[in-house]
Amino acid sequence: MLAAIRPDEWNWALLLHVGGAMILVGGMLTAASALTLARGHAGVLRLGYWSLLAVSLPGYILMRIGAEWIADKELLLEEGVEEPDWLGVGYLVADTGALLLLIALVVGGIGVYRLRGGKGTSLLMATMVISLVLLAAYVVTIWAMSAKPG
Amino acid sequence: MSFDDWILALHVLSAFALVGAMVLFWILIVAMRNLDSVGDTIAFGRVMRVGTGVVMAGVVGTILFGIWLAISLDAYEVWDGWILAAIVLWAIGTGTGMRSDVEYRKAVTRAEELRSSGQEGQPGELRALNRTSAGLTMHTISSLAIVLILLDMIWKPGA
Repeated sequence: MLAAIRPDEWNWALLLHVGGAMILVGGMLTAASALTLARGHAGVLRLGYWSLLAVSLPGYILMRIGAEWIADKELLLEEGVEEPDWLGVGYLVADTGALLLLIALVVGGIGVYRLRGGKGTSLLMATMVISLVLLAAYVVTIWAMSAKPG
Repeated sequence: MSFDDWILALHVLSAFALVGAMVLFWILIVAMRNLDSVGDTIAFGRVMRVGTGVVMAGVVGTILFGIWLAISLDAYEVWDGWILAAIVLWAIGTGTGMRSDVEYRKAVTRAEELRSSGQEGQPGELRALNRTSAGLTMHTISSLAIVLILLDMIWKPGA
């Protein structure tokens, strides 16, 4: 049904958006899992942090570029075009999520640095909580972007 | 929202679970390449279990909700070329993915055996298991199949 109403020239933008989002979610899933299950193991805590930095962050950037590209192609950003609810959810989670991701990276970065001295686990716990919140928010967003309520 | 919209959302969520877990396994494959201690292998293995659970949900959800949609929506049929291609690729991805899981799990299983017997194992033993080339090959094929499914789902050739 979607293929019938979506021109082929939109596909690259969609691929970038969806592919980036999948990398973002994969990195976040790894980070949340590692930080939750580390039980103080420094190597697993580092794995969680680096998953956020080296996988989730690039995934977010790709997803966001793809989002603007496809929204532009679909003329959703034109003046006078009413923003659909699902797009509003997408932008809200993407923008708020970027801020939270940034906070998680800064706090977690300090935590990883302090791991050398045997400290920093509480800061990485904060990063873990943010990762879990973001993961839950992404699930809701994926539902909204695919089911497109409203 | 129609019932089909819900099924589509579940299909897409399953796809995200599948690819998300695939990314998790790639991160673990890279991170575990140099692990040679029992404690490290078991600790990283806990994260691997999450990936296994998520990938199973993704594998079942994508095929179940995907076929449901193909039957339910008038625009598609299960025997459409791009849908048949996706099913074949799904089977390849699932088969090789399961094989990869078996190979990588050997290191964690061995580490747990060593821990329960109070041993550390021979130097290099766990590293060799964590670097399984058979597991890496299977995971690469599985990942390629999943990427091809994604391309197939977006371009829908012949639809």
